[in-house]
Amino acid sequence: MNHLDLLTFARGTALNWALVIFVLGITLRLFEIFGLGRKADLAKPRSNSCGNGWRTMFTRSLPPEGMLKREPVTYIAGYIFHVGLLAVIFLFAPHIEFFRSFFGFGWASLPSALVDALVVASILALGVLLAHRLNNPVKRMLSGFGDYLAWAATLLPLLTGYMAYHHLMFEYTLMLALHIFSVELLLVLLPFTKLFHTFSVFISRWYNGDIFGRKGVAS
Amino acid sequence: MSATLAKGINSFKDVIDAPIASFFSSCVHCGLCAEACLFYTETGDAKYTPIHKLEPLRRVWQQEYTLLGKLGKALGLSKPITDEELAEWEPLVYDSCTMCGRCAMVCPVGNDLTYMIRKMREGMSASGHAPADLVGATTRAVNLGSPMGIKWPAVLAQIKHVQDETGIEVPVEKSGVDYLVLMSSMEIINFPEYLSALSRIFKQAGVSWTLAQDAFEATNSGIQIGASDLAREIVSRIVIAAERLKVKCVISPECGHAFTALRWEGPNLMGKAYTFDVKHILEVLDELRSAGKLKTNGKDKRPLTYHDPCQIARRGGVIEQPRHILGDIAADFREMPDAGKMNWCCGGGGGVSANSRAEPLRLEVFKHKKGQIEATGVKTLVTACANCRIVMEESLEHYHMKVEVIGLTELLAEYLVEDKAL
Ligand code: SF4
Ligand code: SF4
Repeated sequence: MNHLDLLTFARGTALNWALVIFVLGITLRLFEIFGLGRKADLAKPRSNSCGNGWRTMFTRSLPPEGMLKREPVTYIAGYIFHVGLLAVIFLFAPHIEFFRSFFGFGWASLPSALVDALVVASILALGVLLAHRLNNPVKRMLSGFGDYLAWAATLLPLLTGYMAYHHLMFEYTLMLALHIFSVELLLVLLPFTKLFHTFSVFISRWYNGDIFGRKGVAS
Repeated sequence: MSATLAKGINSFKDVIDAPIASFFSSCVHCGLCAEACLFYTETGDAKYTPIHKLEPLRRVWQQEYTLLGKLGKALGLSKPITDEELAEWEPLVYDSCTMCGRCAMVCPVGNDLTYMIRKMREGMSASGHAPADLVGATTRAVNLGSPMGIKWPAVLAQIKHVQDETGIEVPVEKSGVDYLVLMSSMEIINFPEYLSALSRIFKQAGVSWTLAQDAFEATNSGIQIGASDLAREIVSRIVIAAERLKVKCVISPECGHAFTALRWEGPNLMGKAYTFDVKHILEVLDELRSAGKLKTNGKDKRPLTYHDPCQIARRGGVIEQPRHILGDIAADFREMPDAGKMNWCCGGGGGVSANSRAEPLRLEVFKHKKGQIEATGVKTLVTACANCRIVMEESLEHYHMKVEVIGLTELLAEYLVEDKAL
């Protein structure tokens, strides 16, 4: 198989299978959560509106009072990584072209040089977060194989993408194929690791906002 | 009811619902919840990380309610829950969690860890891994009507004392009144000032109220230990009395967990909505104040601060009311850092103060509150929970701090304008 065949496979069959597993996995995990149900709360709420949940979905993205000072590394590196990653996935011109071929429509992109900088920042942030995970006693205690796997699976697409773009290490076609494989690995792992928080975070934050909101507290 | 591991695990399975599944699914192991928890911040010991306290419950969720977990279990790859493990977790779930809810405000993915600890305690107690002191308190509450073993004659003695002191009749078993007043064990034993303050305030405000002979105690240790059947039994006494006396509203006393038990958990334990309202005493006082029925005269000159009881503020939504009242009667009111919904716990909530084994740890984690009080420079600490109050009094004494702790209701009564002609 030459490099072009490999790229064709990565873009075709492999991508299709990865997407199938991704979509089925997400669906399964959502069923696993919602299938458990939730008893109706019979206590008279102070405020009975699903808006409490929606509000927390957004407000929880900001650090609560005093927390930024207590854990600056987690917050700052965390923000850089998340913002960088999302911008790179959705606002890099070649990615938008991919989405256009997939969905039939596209949107405006960020300048490539900016995306490039964001990738570097995200990779550095991931490095800092790993070092912090290994050094901080709480994080180290909480971490297991799944955490390091999720970390590596997130790093690979950034790294391979960066190398493909800058024509580093391997020939471009091969590097691009590797980049696409790494994204597929991420898609397959996402539903079954903590990376699933990409989706479930909206559910858990909603419940949090709802539970506190009923008691009259904005959380 | 005999407790066994199987019962405990069944109970773990029972309590896991969609919110809990979403919480475990979302956790990214960032460790931020530890930074919110006084048991971690004051000891630096990683084992006090809130999400870690839930590890056995998480494994039950994973093994029973996720495909991969079920697969792992079928292949014999997963680690089963054992009695030894639950015994090891008992101090984490009970001694080092006051169910203060701070971690739940901080977790970036929105996990309500406190909700989970509360649920996890159901399985802990069903498997026989609840602290002996809490089991004793709950048994007394069910058999005698009060966790501290207080019986009606003790309340009657206090009523008599209050009547002699104030010259105001304390109504008992009055039907059709607006409010049924409850007390906490702590108030009956240690703080008779509460009942006397309330009699005076209610007389001035022209409020109709009563005590009930078979439901005078609001403390619910069934909730703290995590035994819903017992908690229901304790709540049902209040519900029956409120319905029999046809009151409009039941007033939860200056006690945090009693409020949570009665206001938020009660209807769910009973399986039906209440036919009456439940309010914390501070809510009632603030309402009377807004309606112009509560007149005060003069202000306390002492610099003072207010400790938000977690279950009243963060888990109860009563945050502004005490500040309104203090605005009327305190000349030099100083807020502690993080006051209000992000307050720091006294260290004794959620059954910790009733658990003698936890005492050294409780005193250690009080260091946070100690620092906060010192930062304000006050010598007077006002609060609205008799449990916080006794815990803080003990801790202040332990640290040789000369700070007086008072209940807000009682402080308010000191500045009440009393029309003796009423
Ligand atoms: S703060 Fe939330 S996401 Fe982070 S470790 Fe604690 S429970 Fe998990
Ligand atoms: S509820 Fe409070 S005491 Fe319990 S784990 Fe959370 S922060 Fe710590």
